[in-house]
Formats: sequence, structure tokens, C-alpha cells
Amino acid sequence: MSFLNLILNLVIAAITFGTALLFGTLGEILTEKSGNLNLGVEGIMFMGGAFGLGGVFYYEQLAGTPNGFLAVLIALLCAFLAGALASLIFSFLTTTLRANQNVTGLALAIFGTGVGQFVGEMMRVKAGGYVSLSNAMKDVFTMSPFPAFLKDIPYVGSVLFGNSHFFYLGILLAIVMHLFLKKSRKGLYLRAVGENPATADSAGINVTRYKYLATIIGGGISAIGGVVYITTTAGCTWNNEGLSGVGWLAVALVIFCLWRPLSAIWGSVLFGALMILYMRLQLSFIPTELYKILPYVVTVIVLIISSLRNNKEKQPPEALGLAYFREDR
Amino acid sequence: MDEKIKTPLIRLSKRSQSSLSPAAAWLIRLGSILLALLLGCLVVAITGNNPIKAYGTMISGSLGSKVYFQQTVKKAIPLLGCALAIAPCFKMRFWNIGAEGQITAGALAATFVARTLGAKLPSLPLLLIMAAAAILGGGLWGLIPGFFKAKWNTNETLFTLMMNYIIIGVVAWLQAGPWEARQGRIAQFDAAAQLPRVAGIHCGWIIVLLLVLFIHVYMRHTKQGYEIAVIGDSIRTAQYAGMNVGRIMMRTMFLSGAISGLVGFIIVAGANHTLAHDVAGGVGFTSITVAWLSQLNAFAMIAISMMLGVLTKGADTLQTVMNIPAAISDIIIGLLLFCMLGCEFFINYQIIFRHKAGKGGAEK
Repeated sequence: MSFLNLILNLVIAAITFGTALLFGTLGEILTEKSGNLNLGVEGIMFMGGAFGLGGVFYYEQLAGTPNGFLAVLIALLCAFLAGALASLIFSFLTTTLRANQNVTGLALAIFGTGVGQFVGEMMRVKAGGYVSLSNAMKDVFTMSPFPAFLKDIPYVGSVLFGNSHFFYLGILLAIVMHLFLKKSRKGLYLRAVGENPATADSAGINVTRYKYLATIIGGGISAIGGVVYITTTAGCTWNNEGLSGVGWLAVALVIFCLWRPLSAIWGSVLFGALMILYMRLQLSFIPTELYKILPYVVTVIVLIISSLRNNKEKQPPEALGLAYFREDR
Repeated sequence: MDEKIKTPLIRLSKRSQSSLSPAAAWLIRLGSILLALLLGCLVVAITGNNPIKAYGTMISGSLGSKVYFQQTVKKAIPLLGCALAIAPCFKMRFWNIGAEGQITAGALAATFVARTLGAKLPSLPLLLIMAAAAILGGGLWGLIPGFFKAKWNTNETLFTLMMNYIIIGVVAWLQAGPWEARQGRIAQFDAAAQLPRVAGIHCGWIIVLLLVLFIHVYMRHTKQGYEIAVIGDSIRTAQYAGMNVGRIMMRTMFLSGAISGLVGFIIVAGANHTLAHDVAGGVGFTSITVAWLSQLNAFAMIAISMMLGVLTKGADTLQTVMNIPAAISDIIIGLLLFCMLGCEFFINYQIIFRHKAGKGGAEK
């Protein structure tokens, strides 16, 4: 019984942590499907976290009686716009100005981390040392969208219906993205651009437009992961180190789930579990610090196995990380 | 029917090798740096401070006195060393973004030696063994992804990235567990395991300057450097010429990791005198951009890494003097990278605007 409770609590905590990863990963999957390897996710998520929290923070201060729904909307919108803007820089440099994707992505990671910390720090100084939302607002962000009686179902109730609405939004997004990529014509075009831009181009697909749109929207979605992390896991408080590593973990998760949005759902919960396992399940023979490298070890193993098996279905997009210049064909 | 040939408003054409003199190319690069600094002004202005005063503080806070200058150089040393390590990989179009981890692996190996032999050996042999261990540690950590790339074509960008966090986690474990001295820290090294100072700065600066010469000669004037360049241009050409591409990849990755490992040794033995999980502290990532912006030119790396050193040290001073968050250095470095990455386009391509109707299309 207590063991079961332990597992249930672990799963709930894993979902909370994993939700932020889910958004980060879904955004990066969309980006990578267009053949753009945007390594700036870390920076994008920092920006999303800082701007999203800032948006709600100032909204709450300005509006005397803040509306919960509007607050969540503002958080999502601010984060999305920040991430979209950051990815626009990436797209412009790599697609239009033909800069190297790896280097540009790293530059974006440095820049975004700087902007996030800078904005967070400025807010902290202006607010007198502490940026935090009111308790009522914190509840809005961690609230479940389902009525209370569903949560009271024994055992499965809180696991299935007790999570923050971001988690359900993330699942919805994953399903939509799956349908878009697999069932729609535009999704097929996008995959074609990521696999072989030259072929896509000669088939009349506007490679530049697809790369831009996928990267910008993907960046926006990743940035939402940042604000989700700040408002759920980090307790609606800004902390310069709070988000560090989450973005890189999202990059790892993209590989782990083999570029499939639906796998990202359980993948993010699994990674979330691995990241918090040390707090919940202490085994004397595994030191806590070593738990934290498990996600990366697992990712490396997945990477090796997928290259060993050389299965066409389970590979990175063929042209991932490669720039496409029409005249180089 | 008036069927006209439609010319787009703007078109691009690749510059031929001779159309832009090297001086003009460097002028464009200088212009992009100025643009980035101007954008940085904007950021400072948003905080309500005077940008000119801020830049003045950054310059005087990084170069203004002997102590400041020494601290600036201290920040530039690992950047330069690591950029040199990355250069051969990037020349080969092998995207090694695992320098962060290779530094950490080297630092870990050096610390292991310092801990086990620290009290038993005199300084010079001890430091040499530490350096050798760091070279081996970093090299092996780099060799692992190189091996899988060579054998099974495993994606090296993602592999090297993951390797960073694995070794950082291992050090975090040692730091909090088996090697902990007090309060989650590893004990300071013995005096014998610390690099001696030359001109007020630990002698790591001499090591990296020697490395500049080594990499320059290695890349430009040796058979191995030539092989790397050929693979970078075309793997098929290299195979056709009978080169063992897999072996060269593994060898280059070992070399790259080894130099990064040596940088790790310089950091722990020279600057920090102890090991911590954030020993690399982002140097591995920033140095990739240093290497790329220098066009993989070893001598240009000295200037670029010094420039970033000035920015980072200057931003520290800025925080204490003007209360502007030190994260501004990351913003300015990011802007600098964006502008310099973008300006390469204008060096390699020229933009041709459509001529007005009637003027004719012939270009000069």
C-alpha cells in the first residue's frame, strides 16, 4: 500500500517535471523535422520562462483583480512570442544568411540564457529583491482542469486527472502535431523538406517558408516549456539557475523519442521520473548525483542502437543540421 | 504578348575568390563587431544607464589596471585553448560540441592524480603526470563518440552533447560523495600540484600560446592536417584517395579531446586549484563560437578569445559598479556572435539589386 503510494506520488511528480520537457521537446521536434537543428533550446526556454513569468507578474500588479484564465493566456503568449523571436534570429541567420546551424544554435543558447537571466534579474531588482506571484495565482497555474470528484477516484484519480492543465494541453498538442506530420499534406511537405530539401524544392515546395515557419513555431512551443517549468516546478519564482539544463534535456529527449510527438508524451514523463527519482526513491547503492545522468546515458544508448540497427523509420531527419542552398545542388 | 524576363528585386551571387580583398573582408567583420556593440548600447539604454559610461566601465574594468588585465587573460586562456582543440574537428566537418565534457574529463583525471600522488612527488613530475593524465582522460572521452561515428555513423553532434552531461554528473557525484572534503567541495590541491605563476598569471598562458603554434603547424603543414582538410571538403574524395576515414576521424577526435583535457588541467591546476562539476563553466560551448568566428585560424583565435575575455571580465565589473546584471556579457557575446555569423554571408556573397528599367542589366 505505501509502496503503491510511493509509485503514484513519483508518477505525479514526474508528470509535473515532464510537462515542461514535453513542450520543449515538441517544439524541437517540429524544428528538427524541417531539417533545422536548433541547439538554442536552452536559451529559448530561459527566455520563455523569464518573459512568461514577467508577463503574468506585471499583469497581476496592474490588474487589481486578476483573471486566472487571462493570466495563463498572457504567460503562454509572452513565452511563445519570446521563443518565436529567438527562433526568428536563428532562422534568419541559418536559412537566409546561411550560417552554420550548430554554431548559431550555440550562440542562441548563450544569448537566450543571458537575456533570460538579465530580464529575471532586472525584474528582481525593480520588485525589491523577489519576483514571485501571489498564492492565488500559483494555484491557477497548478490547477487541474477536471472537476474535483474525478480526482477522488482511488489510486488512478489523481494521476489521471490531478495534473496541471498544461499537461493536458501538451498531450493535445502532441496528438495534433502527430496528425499534422503524418496525416496532412503540409506535414508531408515539412518532412520532405527535412529529409531532402533539394527534392522538395524541385517538387515546388517552398523550402525557405517551411523552414522558417517550423522553426519559429517550434521555438515558440519550446519557450512555453520554460514558463511551464517556472510556474509549476519552480513555484512561480524567478531563480537564475532554475532552468539550467532543462533545454539540453529536451534536446536529448527528441532523440530518445526518435522524433515522434506521441512518444514524447511518455518519454517526457520517464525523463521527468529519472530527474526526480533521487528525491523519491533512495537506494543506498546508487548515489543521488548519478541518478541525474541516467537520462543522458539512456539517450546515448538510444542513439547508438538506432544507428546500429540502421532502421529507416528510426533515424534523424536525413538533412538535419545541413544548410540547403539551391545553387549548391 | 510582352513576355519580359522577370528579375527579382534582390538577387545573390557568390563572390569569386578574388573579388573581395582580405582587407575588405576584415573591414566587414569589424563593421559587424561595431554593429553588435551598438546593439549592446541599446540593451544598456533599456536599463536606464548611459551606454558610453557602461562600455567605459567595461574597458577600464578589464584592461584598466594590471590586476584587471591579469584576470581578463585568465578568462581568455581556457577559451583560446579550447577553440584550438575544436579547430581540427570543425575543419573535418565533425561537429564536436563535447568540449565542455572533454575539459571536465581532463580536469577529473588531473585531479585524480593530484589526489593520489599529491603529497608524494615533487612539483614538476607531478604536474607533468597530471597533464598526461588530463590529455589521456579528455582524449578518451572524445574518442568514444569518434569511434561510434567512424564505425556506425552515429550522429556526433548529439552524441558529444550527451557526453558532456554524463561526465559533469560524475564529477558532481565525486564532489558530493567520495571526494568531498567539506560542504560539498573537493579539497584544495597541494602547493606542488598548482601551476607556477609567470608574470602574475598562472603559466597556462604559455601552454596555450605554444598550442597556437602547434595547431597552426599541424593544420597547415603536416600530412595529418591535410588529411583532415580533405575529409572536411569531401569524404568521398578522401576515400578515393585511399585514406582510412574512420581512423583519421578517431585520431582527430582523440587529439581534440586531448587538448580540451589539457585545458581542463590548466583550469584546475592553474586557476581554481580544485575540481567542481562546473569546472568548464560554458567554456566548451563559447569556445566553439570562438573557433568558428576565427575561421579556424589559430592566430585570429587569440584576438577573439581576448575580446570575449574583456567582455566577460568587464561585465563583472559592470555589475559591481553600475548594478547592471552580469548576464549582459552573455547578451553582448550573443549579439556579437549573431552579427559575426551573419556578416560572413556578405563576405561570401554579393547582393545585386535590380536595376531600374531602361538602365539595362549589364553589371560591372
